[in-house]
Amino acid sequence: MRREKEKDYLYITLHTELPYRYSAGRYMSRFLTTLRDEARILASRCTHCGTVLVPPRVVCGNCFAEMEEFVEVGPRGTLKTFSVINFPFIDPFTGVQRPVPYGYAIVQLDGCDNGLPHFLDEIDVHKLRIGLRVEAVFKPQDEREGAMTDILHFRVIGD
Amino acid sequence: MSGQVAIVGVAQTRFQSEKRAQNYAELVHEVVSELFRTTGATHDDVDNIVSASSDFWDGRTISNMAIQDVVGAYMKSESKVSSDGTLAVLYGMMRILSGQYKTTLVVAHSKGSEGVPNLIANAAFDPIYQRQLGIDGLSTSALQARRYMEKYGVSEEDVALVSVKNLGNARKNPYAQVAGEFTVEEVMQSGYLAEPIKKLEASPISDGACALLLAREDIVDRFTDKPVWLKGVGHCQDSYYLGDRDLAESDALAVAARRAYTMAGIDDPRREIDVAEVYDAFAYQELMWTEILGFCPRGEGAELIRSGVSTMDGTLPVNPSGGVLAAHAVIVAGLVRVAEAALQLRGEAGEHQIPGAKTALAHGSFGYCGHMHCVWILSNEK
Amino acid sequence: MPKRVAIIGSGQTDHTSRRADVNIPELIKEAVDRALVDAELTIDDIDAVVIGNMEHFEGINLSDMWASEGSGAVMKPAMKIATGGTTGASVAACAYYHCASGLFDRVLAIGWEKLSESDTTTGIITAFDPIVERLTLAGAVGGLAIEANLYMTSYGITQEQVAKAAVMARKNAQRNPHAHLKLDLTVEQVLNSPMIAYPIHYLDMCPTSDGACAVIFASEDVARKSANPPAWVKAAVCRHNHPYIGDVDWRKSTLESAAIEAYRLAGITHPRRELDVIELYDPASFALLSWIESLHICGPGEGGKMIDTGAITMEGDIPVNPSGGVISTNPIGATALIRVAEAALQIQGKAGARQVEGVRTALATGFGGSYWSEVFILGRAS
Repeated sequence: MRREKEKDYLYITLHTELPYRYSAGRYMSRFLTTLRDEARILASRCTHCGTVLVPPRVVCGNCFAEMEEFVEVGPRGTLKTFSVINFPFIDPFTGVQRPVPYGYAIVQLDGCDNGLPHFLDEIDVHKLRIGLRVEAVFKPQDEREGAMTDILHFRVIGD
Repeated sequence: MSGQVAIVGVAQTRFQSEKRAQNYAELVHEVVSELFRTTGATHDDVDNIVSASSDFWDGRTISNMAIQDVVGAYMKSESKVSSDGTLAVLYGMMRILSGQYKTTLVVAHSKGSEGVPNLIANAAFDPIYQRQLGIDGLSTSALQARRYMEKYGVSEEDVALVSVKNLGNARKNPYAQVAGEFTVEEVMQSGYLAEPIKKLEASPISDGACALLLAREDIVDRFTDKPVWLKGVGHCQDSYYLGDRDLAESDALAVAARRAYTMAGIDDPRREIDVAEVYDAFAYQELMWTEILGFCPRGEGAELIRSGVSTMDGTLPVNPSGGVLAAHAVIVAGLVRVAEAALQLRGEAGEHQIPGAKTALAHGSFGYCGHMHCVWILSNEK
Repeated sequence: MPKRVAIIGSGQTDHTSRRADVNIPELIKEAVDRALVDAELTIDDIDAVVIGNMEHFEGINLSDMWASEGSGAVMKPAMKIATGGTTGASVAACAYYHCASGLFDRVLAIGWEKLSESDTTTGIITAFDPIVERLTLAGAVGGLAIEANLYMTSYGITQEQVAKAAVMARKNAQRNPHAHLKLDLTVEQVLNSPMIAYPIHYLDMCPTSDGACAVIFASEDVARKSANPPAWVKAAVCRHNHPYIGDVDWRKSTLESAAIEAYRLAGITHPRRELDVIELYDPASFALLSWIESLHICGPGEGGKMIDTGAITMEGDIPVNPSGGVISTNPIGATALIRVAEAALQIQGKAGARQVEGVRTALATGFGGSYWSEVFILGRAS
């Protein structure tokens, strides 16, 4: 058999757009509209075990009880863990490269038992430390649209 | 395996073209909580979970991630079958038969409303040879319908009978999305989507979910006094390229049915099966599948309807629920066939109940033109 | 007790960054052919096929259908399982339950991925919640970076210790003809490589590979007559987590929970003494230190010491990843199945230059989704 060279192998390239329209559902719709209209962060509280989880959701995974109560959490919290992302990759939302570097954190909001992932405004790892206090920075009211981007990022406010 | 594992409860949502109020977790929570309510099962009773969903339909890599908490999977075993829900039942049963688990929660979800169905369907065709044709489920099924009709002398009116029967049956099914009293003439006049398939001969794309609880024989009493026993199952995959198959035939379904019948000890399906739920994604498929399932000789599927055998008051009613033509949540629809068969055998099918049904067949299919088939035989007698 | 099941053969492609010379079914066929040759079987001997990959990584919906051109699933019972990074282990578990149920005797488990065909990080981002998490997540690298930071900060694990694990893995890979990255590295090279996501350096992270793996599971009677020494499945356990990243409590590890149950099933009371080799799903080098703590090979925070003393190297008392592990080879849908295959090779004494002497008990893990885990324990004695 003839020995093929690399150029003998063809590629078929597709640039298919595959759009989706995701339902936020009952709990997340309330979470997002509250974020948009009032710049407040809602969590759900389990009436069975008392766990407070953000974003709010229908079932408490710890005890399998249906969650019914909404409570406000944050906007301040503590850095549970963080990273600074430096490598380039395609953002599935935009189809183009997401701007790097950016700070990426799991923030334990005050009054909440789990963490919220979001951007950090600090990209110098020497200025970051697990346990630092942070605060949500919201977009101005007229720019908020009922999406996670209504929180611009979290900013470090000290120890 | 025959008679060692039973379905002890079923739940399904109403199927609709768009369930805007519910995200995936909330949709699945609806059926899981209903299943727990009706069986009295608790979270602790569920040993493990087998789900069925599709990354492409959900627009999410790892489509089972959204539902972990609502199925109670935290620190438990969950696995996802990325195929029709009938196979999730099979995997759930295998886990119980292994002796490692006593129960399995089987759950399937899909929302056709969130993506673009023909793009998702087209993505199932290989990108090198077939995808650029722009084909999808409808257009390839049209090829199959034409080939089947030509080979066996089946008329368009024959095919229309399926829609008349199933959409008529669906009027009595509260979960159905499409239902109505139609005449053959009305089906014929409903307009070609892809010749010879007409609008009323194509299933809708639905949003919905379905769940079952399976239990090992020694603990079924804990959940129900009306267990539905899994008596036989067979599944088989056909060759991939449509050009490699005679689309008028389905060797995979024949093999799957033979395996299920042998396991369940069925010699004469027409006589021994009391009710069947088959995967009629398009009207012509009910004719093809019932023929290959051995309900009648090839080419005589329409005669089953005309003679009243497969209608609601016949000796072998097919799709009393209205079938997939009445509601088609992709992947979920096969699980619904099993759930509907179970409801019939529990005497809980309400207005579409077939009186005295003891043995039922449920059929699921996946891929295009019946690429994969799974056949179940269920019975309310052990 | 579950029925006895063993692995009687396996095959892998020679994994690399890009296989332009084969399409997807051809890639799969390479691994399948090697597994059949290894087990001295033909495809006709196979009763059923279980296959898995992640659809969005190549943009192929219903990928098991096209794959059947190479998987051998045509006209066989076949099922697709997809659970993210754990896919390979979930496929192995499903094949195991096929046999443990008593329904099938020889089952072919296949995992594959051709990551060169799309953007892997983009695909992984879409595994997470579209509304809350996709905005900020940087794929597996970002998700692992926050876990690594928490682990290293909590226990004072240094970047040098983590880099040593990366050097060890790539050194081991040099003995594995199937490995993708066979790098001769120094700790300085790892530490001087770009910081892609603090605290993970470029050379700490797994690559993206094109590759496939096939493993043949058999029921007890068949396994005893096998051409190869059987590697008996002593335990197959899966543990899942909450759906959101922000929910994950890294102190309550699914890997630890799965390992505890697997040790119970296999009758293991002192894992470090009783296990002879571990094939760990190490997507980044910190996991080689942190996750062996979850497996109770050492105490919390002692992972650093395990590399400093050489305990987990080929010469140590508990070698981890003689194959080079995931940070040397990563075709995602195959990755966890490769762990199972490598553990089986170690039991069978067929691991060639990477063989650990006298292996009687081996453990393999899978990692994926929202930090969920699968654990297999294989043994030489039934």
